[in-house]
Amino acid sequence: MNYFPDEVIEHIFDFISSHKDRNSISLVSKSWHKIERCSRKRVFIGNCYAINPERLIQRFPSLRSLTLKGKPHFADFNLVPHEWGGFVHPWIVALAKARVELEELRLKRMVVSDESLELLSRSFASFKSLVLVSCEGFTTDGLASVATNCRHLRELDLQENEIDDHRGQWLNCFPQSSTALTSLNFSCLKGETNLAALERLVARSPNLESLKVNRAVPLDALTRLMSCAPQLVDLGVGSYENEPDQESFMKLMAAIKKCTSLRSLSGFSEVTPLCLTAFYPICQNLTSLNLSYAAEIQGNHLIRFIQFCKRLQRLWILDSIGDKGLEVVASTCKELQELRVFPSDLHDEEDNDTAVTEIGLVAISAGCPKLHSLLYFCKQMTNAALITVAKNCPNFIRFRLCILEPNKPDHTTSQSLDEGFGAIVQACKGLRRLSLSGLLTDKVFLYIGMYAEQLEMLSIAFAGDTDKGMLYVLNGCKKMRKLEIRDSPFGNTALLADVDKYRTMRSLWMSSCEVTLGGCKRLARNAPWLNVEIINENENNDLMMERNEEDEREKVDRLYLYRTVVGARKDAPPCVTIL
Amino acid sequence: MENVGVCDEFVNLKATELRLGLPGTEDGGEEERQKVSCCKSNKRAFPETEKDIESTGKTETASPPKAQIVGWPPVRSYRKNNIQTKKNESEGQGMYVKVSMDGAPYLRKIDLTVYKQYPELMKLLENMFKFSVGKYCEREGYKDSEFVPTYEDKDGDWMLVGDVPWEMFVSSCKRLRIMKGSEAKGLGCGV
Repeated sequence: MNYFPDEVIEHIFDFISSHKDRNSISLVSKSWHKIERCSRKRVFIGNCYAINPERLIQRFPSLRSLTLKGKPHFADFNLVPHEWGGFVHPWIVALAKARVELEELRLKRMVVSDESLELLSRSFASFKSLVLVSCEGFTTDGLASVATNCRHLRELDLQENEIDDHRGQWLNCFPQSSTALTSLNFSCLKGETNLAALERLVARSPNLESLKVNRAVPLDALTRLMSCAPQLVDLGVGSYENEPDQESFMKLMAAIKKCTSLRSLSGFSEVTPLCLTAFYPICQNLTSLNLSYAAEIQGNHLIRFIQFCKRLQRLWILDSIGDKGLEVVASTCKELQELRVFPSDLHDEEDNDTAVTEIGLVAISAGCPKLHSLLYFCKQMTNAALITVAKNCPNFIRFRLCILEPNKPDHTTSQSLDEGFGAIVQACKGLRRLSLSGLLTDKVFLYIGMYAEQLEMLSIAFAGDTDKGMLYVLNGCKKMRKLEIRDSPFGNTALLADVDKYRTMRSLWMSSCEVTLGGCKRLARNAPWLNVEIINENENNDLMMERNEEDEREKVDRLYLYRTVVGARKDAPPCVTIL
Repeated sequence: MENVGVCDEFVNLKATELRLGLPGTEDGGEEERQKVSCCKSNKRAFPETEKDIESTGKTETASPPKAQIVGWPPVRSYRKNNIQTKKNESEGQGMYVKVSMDGAPYLRKIDLTVYKQYPELMKLLENMFKFSVGKYCEREGYKDSEFVPTYEDKDGDWMLVGDVPWEMFVSSCKRLRIMKGSEAKGLGCGV
């Protein structure tokens, strides 16, 4: 029995925007459930196979914004076959059929086709925002459909997608009447860009705040773009291998000086030292800087640049900055919240003296008290350093450390890094995401199970000794949602110990571990509400189902299981068996 | 080095290893698994060889297995493909030179050792940059061409492509530049 009329309650619910909170209020009572679901505009689906579009639409008829994630995270590292799944097409078909007034679609790790984009562009008259992250399967023809038909498009954000660039005229497809653009990101396109069309588009988009171009936009074009869009807040530049001449340089610098609202800078797949200096005038305003694709520029130039960036909150950089560079970051960027240091040398071909070590990390932790998110690729680490980092920065929410060589111990003591990571989880009470590396025994998992109370996502590689390790985590981390494990000796005992645990998790990934086909089959029998997928590229999976007892002891190459309310998916390729 | 020997031992113990595939599958996938299991074995060695690890104590640190492990380090393929390393050309593997064209937004790199003579090179450049160069003649260079291929030699001078024998060109060419014909007057291109 509600004290207020439904419309009043609905109005109150309008102020509640977080997905978690809206999910909670829908559980209070039947009445609240109904009001909530009928008024819900934004829905987030972390696993596109956990639900189907028909049921989604049935529950949320007023849907305006949908976020969908497809492939598991390890697909980023080529551990998931290309044809695994994650197709957005059925979703668009269903939404179109139900005449949902879709305005926003955000996809991550999904397969998108030109056909899907064409259907999308024709089906939703109010469509405003398309964000595609790490997707694949489409070409610039699909983009042309979106540009042509989405009359009210405000945002087209393409991040790190594999797009077949037909070098067509997709930018030309934005109609003259299209003036509503606020965000345009095509940095991942590999082909040439119609510069004239781009300049015209930018010139007629007074609300454009974010512009990220691809490598093929030369310096003079960039200068012109910035000149007609001085209101830009977020800029991604192209690739500049040649030093600009004096005149070009002066023009560029003049255009940059006018962009007083610029707060975020990225791109730079190649940049010369001189070119970088043209951006000095706006360094002091920058809160976000991504130089992590500029592999050829030396550390000292990066350091000089960063010295001017006193307000930086987010920094993505390559390890060519070195420990010395990180020390400069630590003393300059006191507002730093997020740091990502990527490896510049992926093939380990030479002894890279300028790469980063535990020294740089400790310096950062000492100098940047607001740091809460870290991704750090390094060659070596010590327990002492991690313990110091934990003491300096108890506010970590995300802590991802990747020591490039698997199983590498503390290089000063030759011991495992259990104590170091243990210190992190003990000190950082709000830790939600953790990635481990280096030499680790079951002990680190004991610590994690004991202390990491808020941990939602854990990535394990080449770690642990026995099933106990995995059990500590499953039993201890009450908030665990995504667990991904590779090349670790965890087997059936850990997998089967508490089947109901998987009801509270989104998914579990295990590859090159000790789980067997028999164990997976048993799990699937005991948990019909799970999809237990076995991925094996090397054989005919029809045979797998007919195996006899002996083969049940065979180890499973890749296991991916996830809770679902709609049973086994119908679009699995031959290399995937759903038990 | 003894550490490499230790690693080799593990690989040779594959007959006793628990295999990940069907018995009898000896395909390419095996190589991948071997690389992976090579690393696994560092920690979970078979009883008879565990002593070796403990005595050397340096199996993990001294010589890292240079074999590429699938999906390691965990860097997105997009990023891997986009990072241009300075290691594009390593010794003995082709002679890569930069090619720039006036007006083009970015440069290209080509391997000169792939071509046997000038016509092949010209054809590639024409395709790559979508232009056409006229016939070369000794006296007047590339007469009437909209674009003229030039190169920087070891002495830092800019030369017309085609003047010297091919082998001499390959050994002395540091970079290529496709100039606008109008600018190339001084190189014998009468217009």
